[in-house]
Amino acid sequence: MSRVWSVDVRVTPREGILDPAGETIRRALGNLGYEGVHSVRAGRLIRLEVEADGAEAARASTEKMCEQLIANPIIEDYVVRVREG
Amino acid sequence: MTVGMKVGIVRFPGSNCDADVYRAVTEGLGESATYLWHKSTDLEGVDVVVLPGGFSYGDYLRAGAIARFSPIMGEVIDFARSGGLTLGICNGFQVLCEAHLLPGALVRNRNLRFRCHDVGLRVENAGTPFTSAYAEGDLLHIPIAHGEGQFVGEASTLDELEAEDRVVLRYVARRGRATDAANPNGSARNIAGIVNAEGNILGLMPHPERHSLSVLGNTDGLGVFQSLLAAVAGGRGRRSDPAPPEAAEFAAGAVAGAGVSS
Repeated sequence: MSRVWSVDVRVTPREGILDPAGETIRRALGNLGYEGVHSVRAGRLIRLEVEADGAEAARASTEKMCEQLIANPIIEDYVVRVREG
Repeated sequence: MTVGMKVGIVRFPGSNCDADVYRAVTEGLGESATYLWHKSTDLEGVDVVVLPGGFSYGDYLRAGAIARFSPIMGEVIDFARSGGLTLGICNGFQVLCEAHLLPGALVRNRNLRFRCHDVGLRVENAGTPFTSAYAEGDLLHIPIAHGEGQFVGEASTLDELEAEDRVVLRYVARRGRATDAANPNGSARNIAGIVNAEGNILGLMPHPERHSLSVLGNTDGLGVFQSLLAAVAGGRGRRSDPAPPEAAEFAAGAVAGAGVSS
């Protein structure tokens, strides 16, 4: 039966793509005395409410959206998580 | 005397360099230009499509990502893929990359700053329909105005661009050297503009239209539009709509200089 699923998409800069925002956060943390932060990568979280026939259908549909619009595979990776409950 | 070239300038919500391009074409060249609304699906028979600078859809999600799915983009993509002369400036370059008409992507400037100033550019390939008015090695001063202009791509993509002479413009220092200091945004290999394999689509971050009239203090950028004019006059590219026979005859007369003025 169709219901609305809450789906999180986490988009992060791909490995090897320079992330100046993450690097700036890393330096700021260093200035605050947080030693040992070797890397910071800054991405974005996109939360969708998706109507679908099941968790798998919600995931499949969201992955299609990621491929087409939400992420740019040339520069970004994404992870889709269908939240339970 | 005019060639009768008609340039279509796409307007997305948030485009803000559309009028500058209009002036470059109408005042700089004396040719005609028309605005194409993003919701339209008619390219109105234009010879050249320009995707101007700006912040289409507020740069939400990624610069150019939403504009790429505007109704008019279906027509623009068909036009570009079938050889139509297509120019993407700044935000327009971002849209072309998002539409996969050009390889690579444009990400946040390395130093995180919005950079708005003249840059030095070297013409790397004067054999394109966008640069034929220049000579290879020419040094230009043209403004940039962007926060997300760092060109990135796979090493294999960059190598292919170089090998096929598709890097058309590079950021350089005063004497023409592509130094790191002359690179305003951290672009791979100082790349400022590239063309597709067929050579009919150019994307560049600098704004040639902003230096296209003497009243603006510099006309280094006018050559891009003069090159397009020469390409259209020479029959390069295609009209966005197949013209009916009598219109084709008329256009041929105009190209031959039959005294048609706009």
